[in-house]
Amino acid sequence: MRNPQLNKNGELQHLLTLDGLPRDVLNAILDNATPFTEVAEREVKKLPILRGKSIFNLFFENSTRTRTTFEIAAKRLSADVVNLNVSTSSTTKGESLLDTVDNLCAMQADMFVVRHAASGAPVLIAQHLQATGRDHIHVINAGDGRHAHPTQGLLDMYTIRHYKRDFTQLTIAIVGDVLHSRVARSQIAALTTLGVPEVRVIGPKTLLPTEIEKLGVRVFHDMSEGLRGVDVVMMLRLQNERMNGALLPTPQEFYKVWGLTAEKLALAKPDAIVMHPGPMNRGVEIESAVADGAQAVILPQVTFGIAVRMAVMSMLAGQ
Amino acid sequence: MKIRIANGRVIDPANQTDRIQDVYIADGKIAALGHAPDGFVDARTIDATGLVVAPGLIDLAARLREPGFEYRATLESEMDAAMAGGVTSLAIPPDTDPVLDEPGLVEMLCYRAKKLNRAHVYPVGALTLGLKGERLSEMAELVEAGCVAFSQANVPILDNTVLMRAMQYAATFDFRVWLQPIAPFLSRGGYAHDGEVATRLGLPGIPVAAETVALFTYLQLAKITGARLHITRLSSADGLRLIEQARAEGMDVTCDVSINHLHLSDMDIGYFNANCHLVPPLRSQRDREALCRGLAEGRINALCSDHTPVDDDGKLTPFSESEPGATGLELLLPLTLKWAAASGLSLLDGLARVTSDAARIVGITKAGHLSVGARADVCIFDPAAQVRISRDTLRSQGKNTAFLGLELPGQVRYTLVEGQLMFAIDHA
Repeated sequence: MRNPQLNKNGELQHLLTLDGLPRDVLNAILDNATPFTEVAEREVKKLPILRGKSIFNLFFENSTRTRTTFEIAAKRLSADVVNLNVSTSSTTKGESLLDTVDNLCAMQADMFVVRHAASGAPVLIAQHLQATGRDHIHVINAGDGRHAHPTQGLLDMYTIRHYKRDFTQLTIAIVGDVLHSRVARSQIAALTTLGVPEVRVIGPKTLLPTEIEKLGVRVFHDMSEGLRGVDVVMMLRLQNERMNGALLPTPQEFYKVWGLTAEKLALAKPDAIVMHPGPMNRGVEIESAVADGAQAVILPQVTFGIAVRMAVMSMLAGQ
Repeated sequence: MKIRIANGRVIDPANQTDRIQDVYIADGKIAALGHAPDGFVDARTIDATGLVVAPGLIDLAARLREPGFEYRATLESEMDAAMAGGVTSLAIPPDTDPVLDEPGLVEMLCYRAKKLNRAHVYPVGALTLGLKGERLSEMAELVEAGCVAFSQANVPILDNTVLMRAMQYAATFDFRVWLQPIAPFLSRGGYAHDGEVATRLGLPGIPVAAETVALFTYLQLAKITGARLHITRLSSADGLRLIEQARAEGMDVTCDVSINHLHLSDMDIGYFNANCHLVPPLRSQRDREALCRGLAEGRINALCSDHTPVDDDGKLTPFSESEPGATGLELLLPLTLKWAAASGLSLLDGLARVTSDAARIVGITKAGHLSVGARADVCIFDPAAQVRISRDTLRSQGKNTAFLGLELPGQVRYTLVEGQLMFAIDHA
């Protein structure tokens, strides 16, 4: 069983998950992202790396933010970008996922950026391309079900490295709905691969998946205990539909127990940074004073996200 | 036609036989063993030198996909698969479309199967109409039409009162009730064993409690109602323990396991291999080992293929959207041999789980053994052959199995049904 995102030479063919991705590949992506952060500061924010390449943003699940950042990244690399919101087109007509992919391949796609509600959908596409001998087409997972959101995980790593330099000295807490979070899974995979000695997850038992500790994290249910002495606090988004029901009684109670307030943040190291993948629910996961405070690096995350996505795209399909 | 099977190693678990001897077949029955009956002149001799001569296999669960799912498989294609797999008797779960809840449908299925004249079919009728868990099916009529037991296939009954009534009604006639332990709400929305693999892959999980909670309910209701309970497709160590506890209290309950759960665990899902999307889900390595031991020690009574052919379109989708199930008829014998060898079991003891022990659960008396006078359903195989499982070699229309590409022991060389040679590979 070959890792479907690496080619025969162990090079990155697709970016599907950070789980199992070697440390040197992770570091290479982060290193490659650095020069791209400077492009954004130029007057002409364009490089010819992907000139003539066609990138299809294949979004089977609604997203504005992630799709936009991928679009900006691709355009800054001079690629042609086509946005397909498939949730409102083919599949509602009964077309299968792989039929959609084959049709777009016939339109000479060079890269697919895929978001899908089902875990593993981009893996399936990558396996299909490999099985049909189309190794020149690349797949980037832009979020699949609860499985992975590797570019988000990478931009988070970039952000942490930017502010904290050395991963091997850090204690990092991931807070909230880990169960449904593809972001959390990608973060955990990357942090443990990069040698972070202590990764904590904090949340109620209903929102922490079974055997999560086997992924190399320490489990906390008490927010104060979990935040004590950490260098980085990574908040997760709580989806509206999870807030009232059998997982959580109310958003109010969640905020009271696991919401990140200035008071709780004071338990972390004084120079701790606060991250959030967005979009934020102020007053549910995070207090506005924290979200807008000096320790928050939430907007830099977005900026770095474009550079990281440029790095990934150029590594996969650049000349 | 009179047939002599010459020089084979006859392994007949029901009679505790394991010796090289000739088998004489006449009028569709076993006429004699060892010495030819008086005046026996065989029209054909099968040279079974170096081969094992065993009773035809009895499979407790084979979905032939008729009626309703002919695009996935047909009686013809799956009967071919059964013959190639040495499986001569099949119990058919009721989850066809329409479901097997009508005597007419059951009669039609039996008629179609009989006309094809290959494996014998033993339909399992729906316990409730449409498997909906609301109204009882006409069990007495269904038995008259040919049903050997009643089940809900993979569809659990939501209302325990209905389940209790159904078991009571079946117990009135001493009909067999086969239930798959699935607690409806605990399994809802899940696709894989709730453990490390599901957590890593972000697949919604199905906890072991989905099996144990249902089992506890079934065992309690069987105790109250006196129903003849058989538990199908056990997946967990905890589930097996519950059954053993019930037995320790004097309850007579049998259970089976599928070839998939005996040989695979959730680790085999790998990178979302949809051929590992099964009901019940593949559980942990610890569970798998407990099932292997349980079957070896006879605490699990039988092994079945749980044959569920799915077309490629049903599997070439994201894991959670794929159709659950795996093709299995042609893998039942190889995977029985593989498990028996790995468990240090003799061929005699290993084959019992797919012949005599399975026959007892279905209530088949005239097959599943090679006694004189028994129906001459025979599987002759080469135990030393290693066969690579591939899409091309599988005769089933379903190519969906996690064993594709693997080499497995045992090759069926001849299959006889009622004394007729239905399948043969003359040169291995």
